[in-house]
Amino acid sequence: MSVTICDTAAQAVAGVSDGSTVLVGGFGLAGMPVQLIEALIEQGATGLTVVSNNAGNGDTGLAALLAQGRVRKVMCSFPRQADSYIFDDLYRSGRIELEVIPQGTLAERIRAGGAGIGAFYSPTGVGTPLAQGRETRELDGRTYVLEYPITGDVALIGAHRSDRLGNLVYRKTARNFGPVMATAAALVAAQVSEVVATGALDPEAVVTPGIYVDRVVAV
Amino acid sequence: MSLDKHQMAALVARDIPAGAYVNLGIGQPTLVADHLAPDSGVVLHTENGMLSMGPAAPGDAADPDLINAGKVPVTELPGAAYFHHADSFAMMRGGHLDVCVLGAFQVSVTGDLANWHTGDPDAIPAVGGAMDLAIGAKSVYVMMTLFARDGSPKLVPACTYPLTGVGCVDRVYTDLATFTITGDAVIVRETFGISVGELSDRLALPLR
Repeated sequence: MSVTICDTAAQAVAGVSDGSTVLVGGFGLAGMPVQLIEALIEQGATGLTVVSNNAGNGDTGLAALLAQGRVRKVMCSFPRQADSYIFDDLYRSGRIELEVIPQGTLAERIRAGGAGIGAFYSPTGVGTPLAQGRETRELDGRTYVLEYPITGDVALIGAHRSDRLGNLVYRKTARNFGPVMATAAALVAAQVSEVVATGALDPEAVVTPGIYVDRVVAV
Repeated sequence: MSLDKHQMAALVARDIPAGAYVNLGIGQPTLVADHLAPDSGVVLHTENGMLSMGPAAPGDAADPDLINAGKVPVTELPGAAYFHHADSFAMMRGGHLDVCVLGAFQVSVTGDLANWHTGDPDAIPAVGGAMDLAIGAKSVYVMMTLFARDGSPKLVPACTYPLTGVGCVDRVYTDLATFTITGDAVIVRETFGISVGELSDRLALPLR
């Protein structure tokens, strides 16, 4: 279905249900869709599972969603940071569930989810506690662990520009998880700094084709 | 004299081949960048999606969209390329990086690496890209002090901390010595202010 260019971030996150799995782009605050997360806080969905690289920085964005008690579980690679005090507190007091996933495995599981791959074998984590009890297989003399795809009910991503078809370009290292998350959720909402006319983006430079994107809002 | 962290970083930099694609881990390994010769042609990769990463950005030039794996604002060099996370980790896992330099809690004599988790029940586990780097880069160099603050060796017969990767470490650079880990043996390459015999005694390890 074609993209909706929203007037407000609230429109872009309308209809998110309680218990949803939400893919949240960003690496630290680079590419973090802060306004969409703030709109999701207003919208009120709760009991969420959040899939993101980190578990919030400082008091804004994902950290603010966690602070509101809306998140049941975090699936991420690197929750512990100098400024992850909101998550740290929730975790230590047993109020949030954590699944730690190696960063590349996290990205590839999301990629697989968006690409229709049923599962894949990865060498990352073999012989470590993160692969304990999991199915492994030896292929051509090397041991691999079975990894399953991740998909979301919703993906919230931060991009740089969109055209009116939802084609997205990113800026520098803020690209990070955006392109893979955009492929892997039923509802994909992107916040951008600017929506430009269709035809104004160089087709050779489009990173996320609009087919993946459902809602866009300029913030 | 034992080495300080800058001298260790200089030794690592000396051993990185010209033109190599290199990932420097968070913390002390980032110091290696300061010691790479400008004409070395070494290209730095950062896991969050960039090749030809430049030095840290001075305060007034910091761009929140341009950061390194430690979330520090950095700069781009001519020829820089940006890419998404799945591509960035395909570069690691797929064996396209020549060298990665990582810190460690422990390295075993067979090259097992422990650098992500102390195993302390109160510690919040956070792995980031460490496991992907450990098994993906063609050569894995570890940079660490040889002894922990409590005096216990960090080059050990078998890691007691949770593993990051199995048999993945090729070289270890420490304040007292540098080592090559072959899988069958630990070979002392250089020592700094300590004899090989003394080193072998303090580590309680057979060394070559």
